[in-house]
Amino acid sequence: MNKIKCECGHINPEGTVLCEACGKPIEGNQHIDGNDKKLLLNMRYEGSARRSQTYRKSFVDKVWSFFSSVKVGVWLIVLALVASMIGTLFPQQQFIPPNAESRDPAVYYEAQFGMVGKIYYQLGFHEMYSSWWYLILLGLIGVSLVICSLDRFVPLYKALKIQKPRRHETFLNRQRFFSETEEVSKADIGQVKEKLRKQRYKVTEQNGHILAEKGRFSRWGPYVNHIGLIIILLAAILRSTPIMFTDEYVWVRDGETTVIPGTKGDYYVENKQFILDTHDPEDERFKDALEISGAVASNFQTDVVIYKATNNDVPGAKPELEPILTESIQMNKPAKFNGYTLYQSGYQPNEFSSMTFKIHETDDEDATAIDSFTINLFEPESEYILDNGFRAVIDQYYPDYYLDDDGIPASETNYPRNPAFVLAVYPPETSLPEVSFIGIGRNIDATGENEYKVAIQDFETHFVSGMTLRVDRTLIFFGLGAAIFMIGVIQGMYWQHRRVWIHPKNNGLLLAAHTNKNWFGLARDIEKAIEKTNIKMVEARQELDK
Amino acid sequence: MDLVNLSGNLLYAAFILYLIATLFFGATIRDKRSTKSKKGISGNIAITITILGFLAQLGYFITRWMASGHAPLGNMFEFVTFLGMAMVLGFIIIYFMYRIGFLGLFALPLAMIIIAYASMFPTQLAPLVPTLNTSWLYIHVSTVAVGQGILFISFVAGLMYLIKKIDQKKRTKKNIGLELILYMIFLFVGFIVSTTTFSIMDYDATFEYQDGTQIIETEYRLPAIAAPNNGVLLTENVMEPWFEAPGWMQGADAGRKFNTVIWSVITGTILYGLTVLILRKRVGAALQPLLRGVKAELLDEIMYRAVTIGFPIFTLGGLIFASIWAQIAWGRFWGWDPKEVWALITWFFYAAFLHLRLSRGWHGEKSGWLAVIGFGIILFNLIVVNLVIAGLHSYA
Repeated sequence: MNKIKCECGHINPEGTVLCEACGKPIEGNQHIDGNDKKLLLNMRYEGSARRSQTYRKSFVDKVWSFFSSVKVGVWLIVLALVASMIGTLFPQQQFIPPNAESRDPAVYYEAQFGMVGKIYYQLGFHEMYSSWWYLILLGLIGVSLVICSLDRFVPLYKALKIQKPRRHETFLNRQRFFSETEEVSKADIGQVKEKLRKQRYKVTEQNGHILAEKGRFSRWGPYVNHIGLIIILLAAILRSTPIMFTDEYVWVRDGETTVIPGTKGDYYVENKQFILDTHDPEDERFKDALEISGAVASNFQTDVVIYKATNNDVPGAKPELEPILTESIQMNKPAKFNGYTLYQSGYQPNEFSSMTFKIHETDDEDATAIDSFTINLFEPESEYILDNGFRAVIDQYYPDYYLDDDGIPASETNYPRNPAFVLAVYPPETSLPEVSFIGIGRNIDATGENEYKVAIQDFETHFVSGMTLRVDRTLIFFGLGAAIFMIGVIQGMYWQHRRVWIHPKNNGLLLAAHTNKNWFGLARDIEKAIEKTNIKMVEARQELDK
Repeated sequence: MDLVNLSGNLLYAAFILYLIATLFFGATIRDKRSTKSKKGISGNIAITITILGFLAQLGYFITRWMASGHAPLGNMFEFVTFLGMAMVLGFIIIYFMYRIGFLGLFALPLAMIIIAYASMFPTQLAPLVPTLNTSWLYIHVSTVAVGQGILFISFVAGLMYLIKKIDQKKRTKKNIGLELILYMIFLFVGFIVSTTTFSIMDYDATFEYQDGTQIIETEYRLPAIAAPNNGVLLTENVMEPWFEAPGWMQGADAGRKFNTVIWSVITGTILYGLTVLILRKRVGAALQPLLRGVKAELLDEIMYRAVTIGFPIFTLGGLIFASIWAQIAWGRFWGWDPKEVWALITWFFYAAFLHLRLSRGWHGEKSGWLAVIGFGIILFNLIVVNLVIAGLHSYA
């Protein structure tokens, strides 16, 4: 390594721009921080020797200096920003509206948005935020964060530690705040020192050279907040593992007890009842708004009992359930047990529990029931023998009937949301059945020759509550990362690192000052300090960019 | 007088007070020959009136809270009004840091436009849906608004910087860009003017259209230039629509919103045209002399400083509190909902802004453009994402 010895005697590492001790610009290195073309010195990193600016030969050097560039970092941020924007141009796959004609992404995007939509889908933009290149982009931002921070923090820390009150004249007269006063009395200098101390500056002296400094810790703010961000990115990686994160959904109808998926069969939930409250339309306060909007829900609630299965280790045994928690789950009020959290996240109104059918003569205009029977939609029997000698056999049962793409009847889910049956009715003393197809709003006579007709007489419905089970062991890391980030930004943004230098020269002095932000505040500090003295106020020489 | 009326009147009073304060801030800049102390007096009067206006608006907020039983942050009217209040707060904070009156001359009228814009949305007290019924509503929403209010000051300072520094002698890309920004402010005014006019006339036309598998009725409060896609006009004796909104426009009431945009553009353009006709020059050129006495360096400093103050608050409210609430309500702290993504985009943007300030060449004018664009993103998230892109945050 080629160490550089400054005229003040300090030995600087290779690549130093401004001497760590006295700040004198080191010849031959000024282009690194762009000082050669400007009057003012670039004080961003105190002119310290950064690895990225010093070693640029080997492959590792090149990668290092690539990622340590703020410009590259900004580009990565801008790319992520643009990609994020594109992702909101059309709805992401999970947000395709439920009332869309087709929710199949291959169909939806083209049908809804035409050619552009098709291209959007083919480029994979409908799953933007889980696409490999979006994730790589975030990963690269992470790499850039680490390298940028290391590249700057270490030399900056050293430079600020080594800095001496005595600064080189060139360093001072190339600061943004600078003034030179010809004649100054000792008393005046003493007063300035005192006033700076009063403003909570830490004043150090070296042969009459004075350095007043405050808020140095704010310089570490950016590095602290970057640590926070890195923790958040690492937590996001952890979250993609099943140990750290579980996400399951369960539908439980009123009165039902069922195993909670994602708990390895250890826990069961009983839905005592689902409650849907709406705001009172007569409420004086909200009358006007409710008239326009119609009913507005005020509460979604499931009263649950959570059970632990005590004999889950015995294969095939009927679970023995021991209640561990009785809770009313509401929006914003999930139930917590043993690291699991159960959220209210949906409901299904009017799911059918049972249906009652009657049989009447096809020709009977009054449709007087000859006989009737009730099917429990969760436990339908295969055959119903009726009092009047009729026999009804369930030939087909579609709990959630729909016609599939080929026009064949099918069931979309196993829940009786839209039940339909193919029923074979055997009138008394016959062995030939009359077949009909019955559902909500449907009643089709298969042959058109049926003597008896089956019709829906009555039905019962119930609510089904949808609950989400989550285990997220990464939350603590996200929280930690966010907290560190906030500490870092506040440290870096709400405080400033201010320094004032006084450099005796002949009978007078040079006064210079620097801050990393809020020059206005620094100017006020100096004004206060030199009040009623002979010392000239510093001149602000900012070079604004066109 | 009941609380709701009182609340409405306080908001009205705040609006008037901001207007008066603007005039006094104008006096701090108008008279160049006036002595420093005179300027100081009118500045003091102006900030006092501003604070009175802010207190009146705070009174609106509190009385409305008492009337409805929940913090008035639940719908578009309530949130945008609060944002207007946060902008004034942002201005008051920055004023006391830098003591510069001319900032108020620009900040207050813009905040007033936002407040007027808010009152174009339904203003009745509305009950909260279960998701919003938690104290996280106040914590999350108010923090976001305060952060955005301070970032708004960065926008104001940036805009002033551009007005001051951009050469208006002959037409250039830059001053056309600046003019475009000012024109957009006119569009807001156009929206307010057209909506108010037809609401006084009590205009109403009903359309029926198909959305996916549902048949929906929608009420137009502005004459229909663009009908909903495949919409049928049900009301008689009203203007026939000129054309239909294109089919790719998504979300509830896309046609009606598109129609509103058309009206805002027409009215805003007429207003802009008249203004240019009266001034006989670009609006930017007409504003430029007002800023003659203002130091460009100070504007640059304020626009940067406002970002450094606003950015942490925005992050806390818009990302961190938002995530905590989302975790409690839905069990996932982040769900790539469009509103969440746009909050992230805003965050990315200001992060990029802060990093660019580290490099040479990005202070001054370029920063000014960025400060303006940044606030444009915030408004986009507020207006376009809420009203056009359907998601969890679609209120209106």
